[in-house]
Amino acid sequence: MNWFLRNYDQVLVGLGEHIFISASALVLSFIVAFVVGLWAARNETVYQTSLAVSGFLYTIPTLAFLALLIPIVGLGKTNAIIVMVCFSLLILVRNVALGIRGAPAEVVDAARGMGMSASQVLWKVELPLALPVIVAGLRIAAVTVISVSVVAAYVGAGGLGTLIFNGITNDHAPKIWAGALTACALAVAVDLSLAALERRLGRRTRG
Amino acid sequence: MQLLIDAWTFIQQNPVRFGQSLFTHIVLSLSSLATACAIAIPLGVLLADRQRGALAVINVANIGRTLPSLAVLALVMPILGTGFVPSWFALTLLALPPILINTYTAVREVDADAIDAARGMGMNDAQIIGKIKLPLALPVLFAGVRTAAVQVVSGAVLASYIGGGGLGDFITAGIAMMAVPQLLVGAIPATLLSIGTDFLFGRIQRWLTPRGIQPQAAA
Repeated sequence: MNWFLRNYDQVLVGLGEHIFISASALVLSFIVAFVVGLWAARNETVYQTSLAVSGFLYTIPTLAFLALLIPIVGLGKTNAIIVMVCFSLLILVRNVALGIRGAPAEVVDAARGMGMSASQVLWKVELPLALPVIVAGLRIAAVTVISVSVVAAYVGAGGLGTLIFNGITNDHAPKIWAGALTACALAVAVDLSLAALERRLGRRTRG
Repeated sequence: MQLLIDAWTFIQQNPVRFGQSLFTHIVLSLSSLATACAIAIPLGVLLADRQRGALAVINVANIGRTLPSLAVLALVMPILGTGFVPSWFALTLLALPPILINTYTAVREVDADAIDAARGMGMNDAQIIGKIKLPLALPVLFAGVRTAAVQVVSGAVLASYIGGGGLGDFITAGIAMMAVPQLLVGAIPATLLSIGTDFLFGRIQRWLTPRGIQPQAAA
């Protein structure tokens, strides 16, 4: 605890870096997943293929995946972000596609009957209805990405993992505690706040 | 390509070291998974019948699910030290939530009519658990075991940091010395092991599903 109070700036820098890499990976992954998900919602082959490919990527152990990319992209943030994007794709593509498919057919029909164009139906009817499912996916993806970026410190991506690794190398327990507990707190906080958002959106859509 | 050949040569030159790491990796994963099953499955079955206490435990499990694997491994180290046992302990902790949550959900969703019918036939509680609840809950329950298995095999790669051994040793040494072939000696088998586990457990899951409740014409 004393170490934490004396070095809180170090922890804050780690936390900031952690949030920055996780958020950039999540944004990138979401853009890719949104496009693929829209396509997959309409096309069964694309849906099955994208789930199979990203399900395969999801199974690879984090550290092994980071290591496999070293010969190709070397150490650093790029390496970490590629792995995080691959890991979160499965969840995001699946939830975007499922969410859009979940829009009741009669509602979509009614929207078309009112003279909405295909893009109006998508943006004004299907996506708003899909939002709770998409946020649910975002929640799992965010937790996954935060977890991966702890390990990514080992390939030089920075973040809270750096504190943990330094602590392990120097056998300095307070550093390990500070890094690991802050990472856990971040994951739990993100999970709980997105869960709350998900519930609110769910109520709105149903109401 | 040359890197792959170098990696293969490394394995051929160090067959004992490679074999030992692979063996440790598998033993560490299996023992953690087995311990987690032994705790989480009975607990899940018990909790499924209870109302109040159950929700609290499931909420804790849900929080446990979000914790980063490496953070859990790292937190165990200052308390239990380094080596196989701390790694086994941390990996067991990581495997508990998915098995517990799936067991609980699966048992709760067993058709109440089937349980009533069994009771009407004169079965006692133990028989109902063994002959009705568990067989019907098995597919969902096992899906949780499968998730946990993949998580444990992946997590065991990280156990190398706290001296747990396993294939992660080659990766950490490879990164430390920037020796790419050695790094691949850890990374490629670890990936194959993880994918193999997922595939194998997927097969068992299908095999365990009673024919009556198997999804028709599912791929």
